[in-house]
Amino acid sequence: MNVTTTRGWDEFMEGVWRQNPVFVMALGMCPMLAVTVSGVNALSMGVATIFVLVCSCALVSLMRGITPKEVRIAVYIVIIATFVTVVDYAIQAISLALYDALGAFIQLIVVNCIILGRAEAHASKNPPLPAMINAAGMGIGFTIGLLALGTVREILGAGTLFGVSLFGAGFQPWVIMLLPPGGFFVLGAWLLLFSWWARRNAGKPVKEAAENV
Amino acid sequence: MSSELQQPSPPATAQSTPTAAMIRTLGLVSAICGLIIVGAYQSTFAAVAANKRIATERAVFKVIPAAKSIAEFVALPAGGVEKVGAGDTANLAPGAVKFFAAYDGSGQLAGIAAEGGAKGYADTVRIMFGYSPTCQCIVGIGVVSMRETPGIGDKILVDKDFLANFAALDAKLNADLNALAHEVKTVKHGTKTNPWQIDAIAGATITSRAVGKAINDAAQVLLPMVVPQLEKMKERS
Repeated sequence: MNVTTTRGWDEFMEGVWRQNPVFVMALGMCPMLAVTVSGVNALSMGVATIFVLVCSCALVSLMRGITPKEVRIAVYIVIIATFVTVVDYAIQAISLALYDALGAFIQLIVVNCIILGRAEAHASKNPPLPAMINAAGMGIGFTIGLLALGTVREILGAGTLFGVSLFGAGFQPWVIMLLPPGGFFVLGAWLLLFSWWARRNAGKPVKEAAENV
Repeated sequence: MSSELQQPSPPATAQSTPTAAMIRTLGLVSAICGLIIVGAYQSTFAAVAANKRIATERAVFKVIPAAKSIAEFVALPAGGVEKVGAGDTANLAPGAVKFFAAYDGSGQLAGIAAEGGAKGYADTVRIMFGYSPTCQCIVGIGVVSMRETPGIGDKILVDKDFLANFAALDAKLNADLNALAHEVKTVKHGTKTNPWQIDAIAGATITSRAVGKAINDAAQVLLPMVVPQLEKMKERS
């Protein structure tokens, strides 16, 4: 029992931390830079991606026994596209304003390499439960990345956080943070911070590093 | 050389998946996915339609402040207007223009609203404008979609001086009722002299011009078709 729980937790933390899709693998950069102009956009995009990731990995995993390798990519893409369509309708039903804000990037979840990567590298080789746990970890890791960019860009670019004004009327927003270059600046800063942190940790004794994980 | 010649034969026969298995899997996946998609579409249809209707109503109410309810119409190029169901504009005749009639609380026509678009700085700026038959002028604008630079072009949403242009922007028809008497035109900041001119935002001239052009292009086509027919829409049916 204890062993399986630990394995599940490991599986989960894989995506959240050790193999974080954004900061470690640098995947999914397209929606990452495009939709993160506000915290709300980032969070919605993250939730949509988690849903697609978990559902498609579950189905890919269930079908893994009867999926011939010759047609596997077609199968994965159809499955992923299905859940993206579901998310598309769901967001339209929840809020058209949000749908407009996320624009084409909802449909583009289909080609998000994190999802196809998970289907190919993990879900197609593992039973549904571990596949879903792993997918959820990756999705949450991606969401953390989106939020890291979205909140910083919103705070600096608009002086608000999730729509709540932070600095009062005197604040002059850094408009560039909402423009594409701002996305690159903030992403670069986060990557720098992460690799500095990873390098600093690598220098520590093994025992301590293991405890930190 | 010899090894190259031998290569083609083995893989084809050794462990290839039977065709039936591939077709079966693809068929099964398609069937499952088809069911999921149709299910999602059916279950969200009502909510999505309601959202779209509310969004349209809000956009119209914004440009015609007195409005309390709307009806969707189509102006036909041959003359005449036709009421259509909400969102039912998929099979518009060529040259026909969609617009909204807005009614006030007592069911009287408060104005008409229509969309227009023109190239801005980044992409097409699509706007909705409200026309009041009483003053024969544009009484409000709203942005339907745009990708203009935040902090510069998107000032057209908030700049008070710019929005003041649309308190009563002259849009009278000429004597023949086939075009506007005066072209709606955006002029350089601070040089507005006539009621049909739009005073541009300093620093956002291109976006301001796009708004003017969008109104002018749409009004030149729509108003000559609609204004003679206003009697038909006078009261909410």
